[in-house]
Amino acid sequence: MLNVSEMKKSLLVSIWFMFLTFPIMVIRVNPIEKIVEWRWGNMFLVGIGSFILSFIWRYFIRQKESGLKKVEMGEKIIPFFEKLRSGDSIYLRSLCMTLSCAAAVFPFVFSTYQTTIMTTVLMYVVLGLGLNIVVGLAGLLDLGYVAFYAVGAYSYALLNYHFGLGFWTVLPLGAVLGAFFGILLGFPVLRLRGDYLAIVTLGFGEIIRLVLENWNEFSFGPSGIANIPRPSFLGIQFSLQQATVYQYFLTIGLALCTIFVVNRLQDSRIGRAWIALREDETACQAMGVDKVRTKLRAFALGATWAGMVGVMFAAKTTFINPASFTFIESALILSIVVLGGMGSVPGVVIGACILILLPEYLRAFTEFRMLLFGAILVLMMVFRPQGIISNVRRTYELKGVPGRTLRD
Amino acid sequence: MLLRLDNVQTYYGNIQALKGIHIHISEGEIVTLIGANGAGKSTTLMSISGITPPREGKIFFMDREIHNLTPDAIVSLGISQVPEGRHIFPELTVMENLQMGAFLRTDSKETKDDLEYIFELFPILTQRRNQAGGTLSGGEQQMLAISRALMARPRLLLLDEPSLGLAPLVVKQIFEIIRKINFTHNTTVFLVEQNANLALQLADRGYVMENGNIVLEDSSGNLLSNDNVRKAYLGI
Repeated sequence: MLNVSEMKKSLLVSIWFMFLTFPIMVIRVNPIEKIVEWRWGNMFLVGIGSFILSFIWRYFIRQKESGLKKVEMGEKIIPFFEKLRSGDSIYLRSLCMTLSCAAAVFPFVFSTYQTTIMTTVLMYVVLGLGLNIVVGLAGLLDLGYVAFYAVGAYSYALLNYHFGLGFWTVLPLGAVLGAFFGILLGFPVLRLRGDYLAIVTLGFGEIIRLVLENWNEFSFGPSGIANIPRPSFLGIQFSLQQATVYQYFLTIGLALCTIFVVNRLQDSRIGRAWIALREDETACQAMGVDKVRTKLRAFALGATWAGMVGVMFAAKTTFINPASFTFIESALILSIVVLGGMGSVPGVVIGACILILLPEYLRAFTEFRMLLFGAILVLMMVFRPQGIISNVRRTYELKGVPGRTLRD
Repeated sequence: MLLRLDNVQTYYGNIQALKGIHIHISEGEIVTLIGANGAGKSTTLMSISGITPPREGKIFFMDREIHNLTPDAIVSLGISQVPEGRHIFPELTVMENLQMGAFLRTDSKETKDDLEYIFELFPILTQRRNQAGGTLSGGEQQMLAISRALMARPRLLLLDEPSLGLAPLVVKQIFEIIRKINFTHNTTVFLVEQNANLALQLADRGYVMENGNIVLEDSSGNLLSNDNVRKAYLGI
């Protein structure tokens, strides 16, 4: 293990890192006293640190490779999650029970702050699942997904401002408007694929944001819309704390509903058509799949969820402005889908938890927050490029009948 | 008359690939279209199936105009295509690939019967049915592509170069099965091939294509003994 070539490799890595971090870690210009500080100690630390880390890095790479080799040799490595799903359902059931109990008591045990964070996580779960339909299932790379989120949020804010419509009226309206804008985006990009599609959708997202930012008469511009009412329950007025809890449960409801629908969609005829479309467009057409309608459905159904979450978001923050709907937001949602595992529902849920909770709880290390965030993403892509939970489609096997399998 | 192409002209942008071709196919026939690379054979099939619709001319299927229809509507009328280069879904299993073939069908009972029939026709697919399509060998993929097209229970089967990149033995096997399909189900087959010799041995009639035009049309026997065809396509 500790042979010369390994040492040499690590030494080179540490020298390289010392060189790379030299300008920021060693040199410090003090403009008040007009002197340059040379912090050679830092360089030493970086060297030692990267030397040790490179050993750990290579160890994990080796682990991963030996794992791959085992798979090639025919050994089947069942991921933890698969074990849970296929194996003893008692485990799965107890896990579900624990999770649902935890979710139910969470707002009563923890502070309002924690509840708000959890609500945000759940919102991103729904957003991730919505985008998962477009990106994961249908394979259409959409970089402007946040536009539909904005459509939902602004439809609630504006309809409430002008017509006094309540949360429950606008929630379905937001979904419909989201779907409508989804189709609106879908039509011009029907013929595009891959990179080109990504660019156009990116542009679409920016268009929506810029319109909201600049069309003052319509959207009140960058100053946004304030005093958006929180969701009501049979006309009862809640205190802030109660409203937070209420919203938390609403979001759980929406998330569960989304998970259910997306799961059903995946196994449905249209879900199969999406997957086939992702794999091979020509063959899909030869099979009689209506390409236009299938793609538009993906865009519309994906955008529906964003519209609904948009309404929820507006009701939660009670203030929205275009700054909440920048490209970074789209990128974050896309990262959730990619990190979690494209096309996999539990993957998206876990992805959302990691990507939203991590920056929240790393607030203590504010300076290094983005650094750690980035590092975790890079590590993920190296060690689990398929996402945390890669999508395994369901197969139904008829036991006892040799040589025959049925699939629904 | 099952299929009739009347003065069909198809373009890719400004480039004319088909320069007004006439083809007719009767029910139950095996008809082949042979020609060199880039003659427009695949374009002819794509025009029929509506993936690259013709700009001029008319296509009739069972006396119905189909050149204005979308690809899915054409499939639903009973025309199934095996695209060139097989185009199976690599990450779907063999079973799922076959189910995609029956995408437009709603008669689940008969679909299951057809599945049985296909597994009889290609026993190898039975063994492979839970394997991802991309992991099959070339010959198996071709068999899968043909089976998938058959799952739509077509009246007319369009085959685009089923021999492409396959070992001679496998090609022979596949051609055997095409004959079998035609014989047992009376499925009309329109076969596009570069392997003119094999195609003409299988087919009842043949068309020869050059530069977007049909230059010859005759029974297979006559084409096989035609001097020009022998020189140009059979290498004799």
